[in-house]
Amino acid sequence: MMSRSVLPVLTVCAALVVLWYLGAVWMNWQLVADAQARAGATPDLTEMIRLTLAQPRPLLPAPHQIIGELWRTTVTLPVTSRRSLVHHAWVTLSAALTGFGMGVGFGVVLAVAIVHLRALERSVMPWIVASQAVPVLALAPIVIVALGTLGLEGLLPKAIIAAYLCFFPVTIGMVKGFRAPDAMALDLMRTWSASRAQVFWKLRLPASLPYLFAGLKVAMAAAVVGAIVAELPAGAQAGLGARLLAGSYFGQTLQIWSALAMAALVSATLVGFLGIAERAVARRMGVQA
Amino acid sequence: MRTGLLAVVVAAGFAGLMVAAHAGAAGIGLGAGAMALLAAWLVQRLGDAPGEGLAGLAAPLVFGASALALWEVLVVGFGVPMVLLPAPSAIAARMAVSAPLLWQDFGQTFLKAVLAGYAIGCGAGFALALLADRVDFLRRGLLPLGSFVAALPVVGIAPIMVMWFGFDWQSKAAVVVAMTFFPMLVNSVAGLAAAGALERDLMRSYAASAGQTLWLLKLPAALPFIFTALKVNAPLALIGAIVAEFFGSPTMGMGFRITTEAAKLALDLVWAEIIVAAVAGSAFYGLVALAERAATFWHPSVRNG
Repeated sequence: MMSRSVLPVLTVCAALVVLWYLGAVWMNWQLVADAQARAGATPDLTEMIRLTLAQPRPLLPAPHQIIGELWRTTVTLPVTSRRSLVHHAWVTLSAALTGFGMGVGFGVVLAVAIVHLRALERSVMPWIVASQAVPVLALAPIVIVALGTLGLEGLLPKAIIAAYLCFFPVTIGMVKGFRAPDAMALDLMRTWSASRAQVFWKLRLPASLPYLFAGLKVAMAAAVVGAIVAELPAGAQAGLGARLLAGSYFGQTLQIWSALAMAALVSATLVGFLGIAERAVARRMGVQA
Repeated sequence: MRTGLLAVVVAAGFAGLMVAAHAGAAGIGLGAGAMALLAAWLVQRLGDAPGEGLAGLAAPLVFGASALALWEVLVVGFGVPMVLLPAPSAIAARMAVSAPLLWQDFGQTFLKAVLAGYAIGCGAGFALALLADRVDFLRRGLLPLGSFVAALPVVGIAPIMVMWFGFDWQSKAAVVVAMTFFPMLVNSVAGLAAAGALERDLMRSYAASAGQTLWLLKLPAALPFIFTALKVNAPLALIGAIVAEFFGSPTMGMGFRITTEAAKLALDLVWAEIIVAAVAGSAFYGLVALAERAATFWHPSVRNG
């Protein structure tokens, strides 16, 4: 299955890169043509193409420019530098991970309560579902301002926003997972006169793990988005969101694209780790790969 | 019967508390605590009672109303500063006063950016899925990429879109297109492959053309998947448009208003915008869900629900 899709995926990726280069030439053409006309130069075609792919502030940077910028701001600059992307990524990552921990903890506790208290499910569950139709990220400025008046700044407000985005997929997944054992398995536990706690630890919790990991992956991606967006309204000084905002103010396209690439890299890596953990846990529980 | 009596007591208690809080009476905290316990008891009784349909709505409605009443009583009673949390009554008053402004922002963000972006993004995702369904090589190449994109913070492209398409709603619609495209692609591809081998063979034995197979078999089988994507995309579209406005917009729009008024500490107007956004998002989702029930009336999840 995996090997069968390697070639198609590589082909599609290669096609995207080619399209990207063509797009970069096409979108930056006017920029270069104007500059050359002002300078009174008449470059030939190859020179024009070379110039469109080497603009300092292009409309669409070429992939190798973004990779170069990423390399420059992560490897060649010291981590302590304010221009180092590693520093900014860490600011965002720490908020996202703190929020992820808080959100997942809250989500799991809520799911346990919902599974054991019928009244809670029927009164709270509809609101939890409805709360997701609300554009949660729009609440970010409120959380930042409200916590700011309490003297809380920096990591915690961002983590709270990330946590708020995280808890929903975890709660929904875990409620489904805790309910996943069928009547037969539950009856078997009853014939062994297992207590409620034993049913929970030995049957419901193991059965819910696949659902937990599905929820965790969604939550992880949401936490990164939450931490980035939380940096937008408050005028944060550091973080990937702050880099995006500063880049957009000053028209530094390379800075925007490299921050975006870094965010994608961080997010994909974290979700990838969760996937590895999921497979390890599944193997440990005896699932045949 | 006793639940009804309890409901009357809770309603009267909260009404009395609200009047007392607005009059500046002492001991609000104690009263609020007692009422919270009573309300929790009522919610528990309603939740444990067997009830379907409208009766099943009683527990969440009472829970929501109690939470709202407690919010009002506590905020007014303890004089919580508006910067921290405005009272529901203050938000409602603000909504009434600023209705034209809210409507203008709603038109800019929702009616223009969200709807246009949603239609284009979902349409493009579906079109590519149709193509991928015919070309297996493309399907195997696109599907892993589509799921990979779900792990990425797509909304971050907002500053780039603002640079390309300008400050007005077009750039917001472009962000919405990017956010809604991939969920639609992945779900539609899965849906178009959902028809069973038996049914496909039957269509082939009828000598049905590719178009007929698509229209009569694959598309109906894909509808539940397509509607899943449409429902997932509804709040995503609104989030995309609002967040994109954080990166610059003309002097209107819900995201613009939220950031500027939050910076001015006019939190009642910010909350009013949030409520408009919440109602718009829920209504949008609800409409899609209604359309789903009408279009996939034959599906087990609808027939049993």
